[in-house]
Amino acid sequence: MPGTYIPLNYLPVLIILIVATLVGLLPLLLGIILRPKRYYPLKLTPYESGNPPVGEPQSKFSVRFYIIAMLFVVFDVEAVFLYPWAVAYDRIGLYGFIEMIIFIFILLIGYIYVWEKKALEWE
Amino acid sequence: MELNKLDLFSIRLIAPEIILISIALILILLDLVIKRKETIAFVGVLGTLTAAYVNYKLCAMGWTGSTLLGMFAFDGYANFFKLIFYINIILTIFISLRYMVLEEASFGEYYSLILFATSGMMFMASAVDLIVLYVGLELMALSTYILVGITRRQVRSNEAALKYFFLGAFSSAFLLYGISLTYGLTGTTNLKEIASALQNLNLLENPILFLGMILVIAAFGFKIALVPFHMWAPDAYEGAPTSITSFMSIGPKAAAFAALGRVLFDAFGPMHVQWSSILIPLSVITMAAGNIIAIAQTNIKRMLAYSSIAHAGYALLGIIAGTHGGLSSMMNYMAIYAFMNIGAFAVVIMLRSKGFRGEELTDYEGLAKSHPAASALMLIFMFSLTGIPPTAGFIAKFYIFMEAINAGYTPLVIIAVIFSAISAFFYLRVVMYMYMKEPKAHVTLSTSPAIFLTIAVTAAVTLILGLFPSLLVELAKMSIAGF
Repeated sequence: MPGTYIPLNYLPVLIILIVATLVGLLPLLLGIILRPKRYYPLKLTPYESGNPPVGEPQSKFSVRFYIIAMLFVVFDVEAVFLYPWAVAYDRIGLYGFIEMIIFIFILLIGYIYVWEKKALEWE
Repeated sequence: MELNKLDLFSIRLIAPEIILISIALILILLDLVIKRKETIAFVGVLGTLTAAYVNYKLCAMGWTGSTLLGMFAFDGYANFFKLIFYINIILTIFISLRYMVLEEASFGEYYSLILFATSGMMFMASAVDLIVLYVGLELMALSTYILVGITRRQVRSNEAALKYFFLGAFSSAFLLYGISLTYGLTGTTNLKEIASALQNLNLLENPILFLGMILVIAAFGFKIALVPFHMWAPDAYEGAPTSITSFMSIGPKAAAFAALGRVLFDAFGPMHVQWSSILIPLSVITMAAGNIIAIAQTNIKRMLAYSSIAHAGYALLGIIAGTHGGLSSMMNYMAIYAFMNIGAFAVVIMLRSKGFRGEELTDYEGLAKSHPAASALMLIFMFSLTGIPPTAGFIAKFYIFMEAINAGYTPLVIIAVIFSAISAFFYLRVVMYMYMKEPKAHVTLSTSPAIFLTIAVTAAVTLILGLFPSLLVELAKMSIAGF
């Protein structure tokens, strides 16, 4: 029946969501209420580690960065998969090991492809 | 988890998929060293034939069952669809060879992506678990997005790929949302276990589960191109290279039908009343919109896109029927549709030559005078798509309408027949242009032995199955026996 099932195990998750939101919002709200409101140009300029700001943030990026970004995602995902695999390794044993070897092997082929297509060279 | 209970011996049941994926990986590497694309295509065809042979051997030894912890079924139902997929790969490669050179997009990755997409489809056809189904669908979809945009110097191809990608991503979200709702209520992603959970947990009337099921149907609706989820289809079909239009009007559609049939029959079987009440209006508006909008098209690829939408509407009748007979008539439909559609697209591809697109309907004017053989073959495919005997298209429609009537959906069949009659207008218009008009410009056909073979095979099958339908009908019945 709908409505009868209450996932009690997830209650801490809900609580931490609420607490996290409050921890983020409360200082901001307090700041808005308490701080004196005096604006002048220097105060309104973006903070760039103490240096005077140079130019607009919407400058052009080299299109080459997108290939780097894509490759990063692929190998990042590999790392993401490796973590749970390593944690569960003692339970999944040889079978899990072979699976992971196959997975890394497929990525290796992708790596060779990328290398040979000269996507890793900057010029 | 009982991971080690996984019987290594049962892995043999996914041998065809393993072979296909390995070949696709080898093709990527081969592309780096071999410059002749024909060689890569040849290895691809050889690999597909090997996979098909291994699949046949596994069938012949009578092995059925499931592997990967019961998430992957090796049964007649899946194997029937895999047969369509193998044929689809081989014929697509045949019609691509010359054409991709003309489009200046002769890449080795093209063949590898076709194999990847097809292995995704094979996983969809065999999936008895919603997660495997989803992963298969993504493998198929991601590969197809790239294939649609592979002629990357053409703006319309880029546009098509982008539209297809966005709507495809949208539909994946629908599917995942539907899966998560179903999982949340039943506690399992296995189709058979969902069916028993429906009964045991008394979920048949549950509105949330109903919502989950609607979302799953909507997601497949995108892949099958049911109205109102068809918006991507005409643009994607028109912008994609024609060989890929042919590939994706058959493979992903058949795969999504296979998965839809299995999900609705296996998992939501007890809810037939509910899901057929959703599918009936979808099927009617799909047939209506597909057939009526097709009349207004002047581009033959767009026309065939709407025709493909309309055919999805007819094939849906087989699922709506909710019987095994209905399901097997849907399988028939998909197989026959594959042959006649690849044939029609092969003729469209032949008209493409250097500096001449040959995609407008007016390009077909008077074709019978200059190229009688090609016109005669196009005539067969157009008759078959309309459903005129003695072509296979008639058999496909006949069986699906018969099964729908047997299941008690007579009004729906009457509507389908009316729209089928309307469809004759735009299919036969092509024939009229070819035979009853004077040629305007001189059209040169770009023929090659491979394309010739494709058209010969598809035309022969279209006629043979029209005359001896029992060959295919019995195969479909046999395939579904253990379902």
